[in-house]
Amino acid sequence: MDVKSGFTGLACLAAVALGAVLFVVALWFIFAYNGLVRLRNTVKEAWAQIDVQLKRRCDLIPNIVETVKGYAAHERETLENVVKARQAGLSATGVKEQAEADNMITGALGKLFALSEAYPNLKANENFLALQEELSSTENKIAFSRQYYNDSVRTFNTKIQVFPTTIVAGLFHFQPADFFEVTDAAQREAPIVKF
Amino acid sequence: MASFDALIGENKRNTVLLVAVVTLVFCLLAAAIGLVVFGWESQSQNVTVMSHSRTYHDVIEAHQEYQGPSFAFVLAISIGAAIAVAAIMTLFSYFGGAAALMAVSHAREIQKSDDPQLWNVIEELSLAAGLPMPRVYLIDEPAMNAFATGRDPKHAAVAITAGLRQKLTRDELQGVMAHELSHVRNYDIRLTMFAAVMAGVVVLMADLFLRYLWFGGGQRRDSNSRGGNPLQLILLIFAIVLAILAPIFIKIIQLAISRQREYMADAAGVALTRYPEGLISALRKLETDEEPLHAVTRATAHLFIVNPLKAEDQRSHLKASNLFQTHPDLEDRIARLQSIGTAAAPGK
Repeated sequence: MDVKSGFTGLACLAAVALGAVLFVVALWFIFAYNGLVRLRNTVKEAWAQIDVQLKRRCDLIPNIVETVKGYAAHERETLENVVKARQAGLSATGVKEQAEADNMITGALGKLFALSEAYPNLKANENFLALQEELSSTENKIAFSRQYYNDSVRTFNTKIQVFPTTIVAGLFHFQPADFFEVTDAAQREAPIVKF
Repeated sequence: MASFDALIGENKRNTVLLVAVVTLVFCLLAAAIGLVVFGWESQSQNVTVMSHSRTYHDVIEAHQEYQGPSFAFVLAISIGAAIAVAAIMTLFSYFGGAAALMAVSHAREIQKSDDPQLWNVIEELSLAAGLPMPRVYLIDEPAMNAFATGRDPKHAAVAITAGLRQKLTRDELQGVMAHELSHVRNYDIRLTMFAAVMAGVVVLMADLFLRYLWFGGGQRRDSNSRGGNPLQLILLIFAIVLAILAPIFIKIIQLAISRQREYMADAAGVALTRYPEGLISALRKLETDEEPLHAVTRATAHLFIVNPLKAEDQRSHLKASNLFQTHPDLEDRIARLQSIGTAAAPGK
């Protein structure tokens, strides 16, 4: 009798302990999974933010072209290059093509601002100065949102590769995200926009 | 490039240690005061229990007879009450802090059209940090300074004086704002708020306790402790020493946390801009600033990028020791930034 009740008591204790352990493990699974989903969404959002900034730059270009035209209409080639690059940027499909078009825009804009140095009247134009600030800030925003994208990718990839979250990542097929890499060596040297 | 990560990690560990020490001192003081004040009041009962009882039975009987609170009970109540007071004060500063601070500092909220470049710089860095755009304030003073506030990134605000705004180039402005946004991103405002409230409550407790002993408590103690046990006396001396030393000690730690977070915001800011030179040259300009900031008090000094009371501190004896500074030495901050710069360069 004593022995038997001792057994059932032990069994109860073991069952409770096992239940508690399972509960904690399940809880951890939920937290780990939610954490991974959150990080994945951060990565997606960061990527979308880059596009927002690229779009904004394209929107600003017609304004600056119009302003410059008023002072330096004969600098036809530089202006046309900017317009062409913008067109390429708008019609680009795929990551690689988009990246090439972006480089074109950055380069063309750099030339445009360099050219403005030769026109004191243009440089004194408030509208031009405001647009120049806006455009160079947008360039910075593109660079910073890419940096943030890479930071998010690094956090996400590390998370799905380290133990023990790698188990959850494996079970639910979380794939590592790709870094944004600068492919064109020329782009490493960002054009310096003088104020 | 791992250099600022390492620096941030080290600062985090230091902060955890400092917060633990603050909490410990806080609880110790609360417990000591509680035991002396309340343990003493019921001492004629309670301590008789402790010193005269010889058997378990006597203890039970004595307790039933006097209904005095037990050691553990007083301990729990004292610490609990002190934490409750601290929590209430924290809640007040948590929800009303930012608005009150901006009012005290005579800061005026601006929009993008007021200063597009400043706005853009902050917007760029918000993108880099993945933070929502904070509100932007301008303080119309010629002194050079800046600060950040807000209980979390969604309620954050950054402020800059007109003097600093005018004297900085775009790169320097970026360095300064990256420093401020790092305070926001790291929840430094919350931490400094915690430290300030803890320091405030410790001063309050110690002050009330010493007054209590000086006036009311002293006489009662005399009559009661005649022939009292040595433990009570030791506790009393311990509590008095603690009440005198704890406020100074907590203040030193509060300032250490503040300095620690300044280093950290410098490092984290550079992690955003990847350009230490911007902040370095901004700090050099700030170093030369002689203009006193008017809209500042001792209570808000720790929030600024450089100590706004520098001139005042140098006149008093406070400059003798770094221990009593809200901010680390500017030369030291610049030196640390330069070490990041050289370490980061090859990876770039």
